[in-house]
Amino acid sequence: MELNKYQQEIFEKQRPTIEKFGKRAWMWSVFFLLWVILGGYALYLQIAVGHSVTGMRDNVVWGLYIANFIFFIGISYAGAVISGILHILQVEWRKPIIRIAEMITVVSTMIGPIFILLCIGRLDRLHHLFLYPRLQSPITWDVFAIGTYFTGSVIFLYLALIKDFAIYRDAKLDIPKWQQKLYKLLAIGYRGTQSQKKHIKVSTNLMAIIIVPLAIIVHSVLSWIFGMTLRPGWHSTIFGPYFVLAAIYSGTGVLIMAMWVYRRMYKLHSYLTDKHFIYLGYIMMILGAGYGYFTFSEYLTDWFASEKWNSEVIEKIFNPAKYGWYFLYSNLFGILIPVIIVAIPFTRKPNFIALASFFMVLALWIKRYLIIVPTLESPLLPMQDTRMEYIKYSATWVEWALTFAGIATFFLFFTLISKFVTIIPISEFADKEKKATPAIEPSTENNTNPA
Amino acid sequence: MKQPEEIVDNSRRDFIKTAALATIATAACGSLVCSCSTEKAPKSDKVKLLSPEGEIVEVDSSYLNHQEHMAIVSKLEAREGIAGKKFVMVVDLSRCKNARKCVSACQKWHYRPEDTEWLTVKLMKDSEKGAPYWFPKQCFHCDNPPCVKVCPVDATYKRDDGLVLIDNERCIGCKFCMAACPYSTRVFNWDEPVVPDYIKDQPYSAETGIPARIGTVEKCDFCPDRSREGLLPPCVEACPNGVFYFGDENEDIVTNGDETVSFSQLIKDGGAYRFMEDLGTKPRVYYLPPKDRQFPVERGYEDLPENIKERFKSTMEGTEG
Repeated sequence: MELNKYQQEIFEKQRPTIEKFGKRAWMWSVFFLLWVILGGYALYLQIAVGHSVTGMRDNVVWGLYIANFIFFIGISYAGAVISGILHILQVEWRKPIIRIAEMITVVSTMIGPIFILLCIGRLDRLHHLFLYPRLQSPITWDVFAIGTYFTGSVIFLYLALIKDFAIYRDAKLDIPKWQQKLYKLLAIGYRGTQSQKKHIKVSTNLMAIIIVPLAIIVHSVLSWIFGMTLRPGWHSTIFGPYFVLAAIYSGTGVLIMAMWVYRRMYKLHSYLTDKHFIYLGYIMMILGAGYGYFTFSEYLTDWFASEKWNSEVIEKIFNPAKYGWYFLYSNLFGILIPVIIVAIPFTRKPNFIALASFFMVLALWIKRYLIIVPTLESPLLPMQDTRMEYIKYSATWVEWALTFAGIATFFLFFTLISKFVTIIPISEFADKEKKATPAIEPSTENNTNPA
Repeated sequence: MKQPEEIVDNSRRDFIKTAALATIATAACGSLVCSCSTEKAPKSDKVKLLSPEGEIVEVDSSYLNHQEHMAIVSKLEAREGIAGKKFVMVVDLSRCKNARKCVSACQKWHYRPEDTEWLTVKLMKDSEKGAPYWFPKQCFHCDNPPCVKVCPVDATYKRDDGLVLIDNERCIGCKFCMAACPYSTRVFNWDEPVVPDYIKDQPYSAETGIPARIGTVEKCDFCPDRSREGLLPPCVEACPNGVFYFGDENEDIVTNGDETVSFSQLIKDGGAYRFMEDLGTKPRVYYLPPKDRQFPVERGYEDLPENIKERFKSTMEGTEG
């Protein structure tokens, strides 16, 4: 693959991160790995002793794990929806950020389902899901939806990577042989012929169109795990769209944070420009306003009608002695502050937007917790239990360890992947350069020549 | 498939056989009725039996045809249910004084540890000014069961005879059924369940629910194994006040062990209701409202052991204050 001047420049900039696994990368990897190991020990305890090592009991049957599950599937929307929609709309500025976005999707779609597995009492019987599937169950819908979504996301990411793999293959990088071979394998003989280009383009367009509705289905189905039950606070008709919107919103936040980190770490200021932060900030602001509208609508309806069971849950969520402060935080930092920061020109800057994203993503995690736990703590029959752990849920260290292990896995994947592929896609810029200066276009003879 | 009459016949024959072996002459009345309540002393060769005349007789257990969890049926049978039956229960709230005999009988029969109750007695207070009353609650075996709908592996299922059972050999322990059940009926084995050794090796049947298994969900099963033997569930038998009427909707007969009555007549005369009818779950358990109560509510509170008493303290004190 011959590179044009612009591509060469981008590539040279990122070459060292692929060739060298620096001291800092090692340190971070080991740090994350330690968390994963701690999580592994917690998981061992949970399997060996039983789920009694968690804070979950007969009333609050799900806790942190399911909140993490929703959270990770939510942030996976960064690639699926943001990148997918921007691709469909042919937005040019998307190009430097699509790799990050799609990596977030694939990695978080891998980690998310692990958390639902942690809720399952008999992991040795997981095959029952396929041996005796019941189509009526929202969990079965979820298994198929997430499975399809994950496959789709991997294909979408891979399609955008093939051209880059071909570049790494031909670039004579100073890397181990197995890595060279792997690039060669993954490039599946891409030489940049007109027909290859066309096929990738058509497939990518097709995947972008498929991935968007697929993502919407995934989070709707996920919300229906709760929406389909007869529990106050869950049994709501807006849960599908509410979850979908919250997911895109948190996905945008994570994307902004990831961009900010990579920009600093690898000095990619000329590619991940302020413009990207501001544009994504606008998207975040619009989504935030929409999410705020849904939140307001949901809680106002429940509170105003004040049906007995709903009121009980609402009381728990609004009461400062119970979940009130968390709820306040989740709305202040999850809705108001991000919207305001982007709205005011003075604060509409990468650092502020990234900081707002951080607090917003945290707020959305808390919001998921507030959806799960207060409802489960409010059964329709009086609990009349003397066992404190049955009345009020509080997560144990096992659950926290596995939560942080999940987050660490997310970072670990990112650290490792950024050593394997370039964060800024190189080949994506070829088309742009071509249009601007057709003279740079490589001759067809060169392209068709099999090497 | 067996015809309903055949089953009735069989169960009656079995029952008579048992009674004869126990050297107690008794008249069988109704298809599912057992007029004698057996109380077995654990790990003892002598068994105390209550004769229909009200005398307690002690019998050597070797004379007895053991009834405990004998009805191990095939997996398919445990899924289909007892042909021709439609089990139903009526709970007369005006008779309940929270004696908790039902709870202990259930715990014993199913080898449940003390703190995980399949059958619980709640102290209900419907409104601020309303009087509190005792409310025993089993599984309602709903005809539109929210738990069955959400099970991803068909581990919990609805049978033709109306029962909702759990196959704990198939259950993956996702607990979705527990989240979906609006009545907090289901319990989860968070730890390795503590059961006697001789139960551990017993072949599992969804109809008996034993042995319990870690990481799976379980709940009240209306004891179909006992129904197959022509016996009433232990909670019904154990109740000293005849709170529970158990029977068959098809036959239109329910009994609390002392009296056998027409099901439709009982719910009509008593103004029966189903708990939270508005949820649309169509429970198979009917409640007769706590009207003209036989016992003041305090009778079931004062003599409770301290740890149980604690459960009802706030509700009780709320009424006094």
